[in-house]
Amino acid sequence: MNIVVVGLSHKTASVEIREKVAFAPNRMEKPLKELAGLPDINEGLIVSTCNRVEIYASTHDIAGGMARVKRFLADFHNISLDVLEPHLYSHHGEAAIRHLFRVASSLDSMVVGEPQILGQIKTAYGYAAEYKTSGIILNRFLHKAFSVAKRVRTETKIASSAVSVSFAAVELAKKIFGDLTDKTVMLIGAGEMCELAAKHFLNNGVRGVMVTNRTYERAERLAEEFDGRAVRFEDLFDHLHKADIILSSTGATHFIIGAKDVEAVIHRRRQKPMFFIDIAVPRDIDPKVNDVENVYLYDMDDLQGVVSSNLQLRAEEAKKAEGIIDQEIGRFFNWLSLLEVTPTIVALRTRFEEVRQAELAKTVAGWKDLPPDGQKRLEALTSAITNKLLHPPTNLLKRTGQGGRTDLYVDALRQLFELETVAPQEENLDDLEE
Amino acid sequence: MNALLFYSTLGIYCIATFIYLVYLLKPREILGRSAHWLIAAGFLIHCTFTVIRYIEAGHTPITNLHESLSFFSLAVVGVFIAFERKYHVFILGSFVTPLAFLLLLASSLHSSAIPLLPPALKSKWLLVHSSLAFLSYATFAVAFGAAIMYLIQEHFLKKKRLGPLYQKLPSLVILDEINYRCLTFGFPLLTIAIITGAIWAETAWGTYWSWDPKETWSLITWFIYAALLHGRLTTGWRGKRAAMLSIIGFCVMLFTFLGVNLLPSASLHSYDRLLGEKYR
Repeated sequence: MNIVVVGLSHKTASVEIREKVAFAPNRMEKPLKELAGLPDINEGLIVSTCNRVEIYASTHDIAGGMARVKRFLADFHNISLDVLEPHLYSHHGEAAIRHLFRVASSLDSMVVGEPQILGQIKTAYGYAAEYKTSGIILNRFLHKAFSVAKRVRTETKIASSAVSVSFAAVELAKKIFGDLTDKTVMLIGAGEMCELAAKHFLNNGVRGVMVTNRTYERAERLAEEFDGRAVRFEDLFDHLHKADIILSSTGATHFIIGAKDVEAVIHRRRQKPMFFIDIAVPRDIDPKVNDVENVYLYDMDDLQGVVSSNLQLRAEEAKKAEGIIDQEIGRFFNWLSLLEVTPTIVALRTRFEEVRQAELAKTVAGWKDLPPDGQKRLEALTSAITNKLLHPPTNLLKRTGQGGRTDLYVDALRQLFELETVAPQEENLDDLEE
Repeated sequence: MNALLFYSTLGIYCIATFIYLVYLLKPREILGRSAHWLIAAGFLIHCTFTVIRYIEAGHTPITNLHESLSFFSLAVVGVFIAFERKYHVFILGSFVTPLAFLLLLASSLHSSAIPLLPPALKSKWLLVHSSLAFLSYATFAVAFGAAIMYLIQEHFLKKKRLGPLYQKLPSLVILDEINYRCLTFGFPLLTIAIITGAIWAETAWGTYWSWDPKETWSLITWFIYAALLHGRLTTGWRGKRAAMLSIIGFCVMLFTFLGVNLLPSASLHSYDRLLGEKYR
């Protein structure tokens, strides 16, 4: 039995292609049942997010299974396979296992370490479980992927630091203020970046928002949007002391807030810390403000610096994560191989035993002057022969279980000795791992 | 038996300090957790040691450098555990436990023989005055640790160097809060210690205040922390300024405790030396 994956992602396909092959989240029954109903496909699972569409399946026939899945993906969405093919990647065996482990651990994401993907895979698995298109192999595979992702998350710092400017600002604020729930944000000027950052602060529990703008109407409009209050631009310094976090992005060509202003404000606040975030280019706030005690000023470059060093950190942590995945692949692959090996060994031994018993019975029946202990000795002789003969192949199969050409041997044995295929049973699989 | 308790405490503090220092460099949460439980176990053994010592000696074991350094260390660990539990910052241990370990190590270098008490020390005030004094010292020691952490973290934030240690250290507000809480516990304790000391001095030496070096330096320490508390409550001295003052206060306090004993002019409080000459 083999695991295959066929799919495309932000790395191989543009959004135009991705949206064409996306599966609607609430209508998964039809595609899943169709997929699992394909010949050669035993189990199926569909992961569909805005960045990737992937189909996992278990099959006995790697090449045939992959071709069928590709065809299914194209036909289901009424696209020509010729158009789709260049964007598709497909893996089987160890590579397929590695692929899912990396995707679930967010190593293959657009922003490495982003946490959503794991939830999306869990949802996808939920559908497969609901419509019973996943069986023992995919069940075990997905659970393993979840535990690998969890291990990566707890043992590396892959997701621990902000990788967008506005998140970086929120994290910095948390290091200054601890809890943000009783803090007030002031927006000076408007701009997409500024509003996005304000939204992040609100999501993190900031209590109040003040908005000021050279055009008072715009300030009012924005204040309404954030459920805050508008302040006239001329009155900025009468209100500044009420703000803990200041987001500034005006189109001013000179500094609108200087160190002297901030000194007065901080005195009025009885030294309660202030965090200025200057997103404007050219800058709105004199860099000397950062020298005022209990005041922290970060401009766009500083925040970019934080983000890029965090990205670097994530890249380093991703290496550790790959190491963890390597270990886990070994374990899972082992399990998967033994899944095939054990029934084959059992079948092989049964076959030998049947032949031995049959031949023994024949011989004993036709032997008139068999000495009293003759049957016992024949028993011993024949079972010694079969055991000796079976010992090397059994050992070889068990050893190749640790990543090797198990399939080859299993197939050869089945054909050479005309073994019946025995479906593995779930209950006696657990003790096979490790 | 009691020596065994003492050295096991020393050993545990040593290992816990080591783990806390490793925790500073490695991000594993398990390190902080295990160091925390280890230091708590060490604290219990240390308590047992101190109680047994009290029973064996027949007086509060804060009479010579061996005893008082050990008691100081015990108090630091006790106060630290309380704050660590309250604020859930294991990393505080990386800054405070080394101090507790060094204090106990210093204690181990002094003779552990039970001293004969000079008459002046034979009093119930010994327990009250000395233990309160060391408890206040201990809270200032924790404040000192938090203050150093504050200065490091503040430096990172100002200079925009946001490395792994920055990630590990708690927010400035928490560190400032620990500093403030320590002050609000430590300052009243120190005040009562000084007052009880004066009362005891009156009964023992016949005068409330004799400008003995220890008394003078205690008063200086008291003024520093009083100024800090006043500044905090009125003009909002916080953050860096409070942290610096807290560090200065702790250094002066250490001098009050140790330095005065080493001053050339004999202090009435230099029992260790007196005992060393007369009774050892």
